Amino acid sequence: MTRGIGQYIVIRGLMIIPTILILYTIVFIFLRILPGNPVLAVVGTKNISPEQLQHLMEMAGLDKPLYVQYFDYLWKMLHGDFGVTLAFPMGKPVVEYLKLRFPATLELTIFGFTVSVLIGLLTGTVAATKKGTKIDTGMRLYSIIAYTLFIPWFGMMLQYVFGIHFHVLPTSGRIDPGIELQRITGLYVLDSILTGNWEAFTSAIRHLILPATTLGIVLSGAYTRLVRNNMVDVLSQDFIRSYHARGVRDWKVTWYALKNAFIPVVTLMGLQFAILLGGAVLTETTFNWPGMGTFIVDRIDYRDYNAIQGAVVFFAFFVGLISLIVDIIYALLDPRVKY
Amino acid sequence: MEVITKITGFIFDKKPGRGLLLFGLAIVLIVILMAIFAPFIAPYDPTKTTEDSFAPPSKEHPMGTNRLGQDVFSRIVWGARVVLYVVFIATMLSMSIGVPLGLISGYHGGKIDRALSVVMDSIYAFPALILAIVIAVVLGPSPVNTAIAISFVYVPTYFRMVRGQTLSLKGQLFVEAAKALGAKNREIMFKYILPNLAPTVLVVFTLSVADAILTEAGLSFLGLSVTPPTPDWGYDLRVGQPFLLDGYWWLVFFPGIMIMLLAMAFALIGEALSERISLGSR
Repeated sequence: MTRGIGQYIVIRGLMIIPTILILYTIVFIFLRILPGNPVLAVVGTKNISPEQLQHLMEMAGLDKPLYVQYFDYLWKMLHGDFGVTLAFPMGKPVVEYLKLRFPATLELTIFGFTVSVLIGLLTGTVAATKKGTKIDTGMRLYSIIAYTLFIPWFGMMLQYVFGIHFHVLPTSGRIDPGIELQRITGLYVLDSILTGNWEAFTSAIRHLILPATTLGIVLSGAYTRLVRNNMVDVLSQDFIRSYHARGVRDWKVTWYALKNAFIPVVTLMGLQFAILLGGAVLTETTFNWPGMGTFIVDRIDYRDYNAIQGAVVFFAFFVGLISLIVDIIYALLDPRVKY
Repeated sequence: MEVITKITGFIFDKKPGRGLLLFGLAIVLIVILMAIFAPFIAPYDPTKTTEDSFAPPSKEHPMGTNRLGQDVFSRIVWGARVVLYVVFIATMLSMSIGVPLGLISGYHGGKIDRALSVVMDSIYAFPALILAIVIAVVLGPSPVNTAIAISFVYVPTYFRMVRGQTLSLKGQLFVEAAKALGAKNREIMFKYILPNLAPTVLVVFTLSVADAILTEAGLSFLGLSVTPPTPDWGYDLRVGQPFLLDGYWWLVFFPGIMIMLLAMAFALIGEALSERISLGSR
């Protein structure tokens, strides 16, 4: 069996290559489709001499024909090089920004993801056990409203209530200024635990609460729905009835049902993660969170296409990796999956 | 006439979810009317700046005024135009590309199907907002460009659904019969299979409109949709955020509510429709 799963992982891993290639191609085509010089778009014609321009173009690899650029970038990417920035500062490797920014996004999405799954499991289970009642209808409405919440608006309302009105939680950034934290993984919560820095830990958690809640609640609606429907199916099956007949306590039966209803939820997690990343861009902008999303938005202002390309293609890698992980978890959980 | 009674029957029949459907339809209707009759409803010129900035909601300004002294309510009324315009073009575009592609892919199968499916699945798996950002950045801020950016990311939604349905429909008896009678492939696809897809396409349409509203708002919030002083809900949210710290909540509260009400209305309609269709097919 172990050899089976090993093979499955390799084959499934190879399947993410076309996905990344296609997304890279789409992004490349879109960012290069317009005529005009990307460097001039950033610095403007007046501020630069022809020699300087030539030098910059060479540095950014933009002086070659498009198809050469396409394969050059692909080759570099496989070696962890995502090109250089075109402005502010010019010529800095994009990957340095990614190293700095990605852990921030990862931390936010991990916490947002956890919040969404927990709320989804709770509301979905409650709705299923109270099927057909007003509580069930209420949970259904909750799932629709949560789904259509506009992240910046919801985030701002939380900022207003908890940050401005009651003044109990910070509304922007990742940590209080002035707190020294040794950087190991870039995930502040993890780093502060590893270094035993409890002041930084508390601060990082407090900064995470509002953005993670915003992201988590918006994403929880889909889980509520799915968990409820799966639970309703499972609860009507024979083995549940036999548990009841044997006098097993209600909460225990619910727990067994939840375990059975959970497997399809894993599939949803993969898709939800992509939506989570899109939502993270808006959450980061709203809460001034120094992650990948704010990086892309900052680079939009500079019209730095090189940096945007690097960040977006990096996202494609990440999405591919997540879908791989989700599929492996699914295969391990569900014995019916054939490797 | 028969069609009209069929439609009204569909909407007003006492089936589960009627309340949700009517509520959703009412909101959509109000917003559409608001957009059409904006010049008559809005009490002020939405772009006119005045001395009266940051006025809280009052009788003269039901939703207050912003930094430039513009009436927030008037901007919301006019903003309905931009949202509806962008979202309408976007969903029409993605539907008219996604549906035929899905139909061809599902019906013919083979290499075309495999290639298209891989491409569509890749786009589908990627965060829609991020891809839309890339396209919107390149095209530059304008309502039509925003619509193009949004339409691109929702093509796979239609493609996947139509392809799946076509796969199951093409094995059915009426398709076999049409083939036996000598119908051409194109005829079978567009005359026999397509009409059967209509209900599902309608559901996907309403749900993707709800998504597109939020994506449009997201793009404008990031400054990628309209240029000032055009009134737009998402953009007004962006402009209002810095003043939230000073307690001027009305700059962001009302535009956000409108975005969500409209998105929710379409989500409710889609929800109710899908319930009815699955009931009808049982």
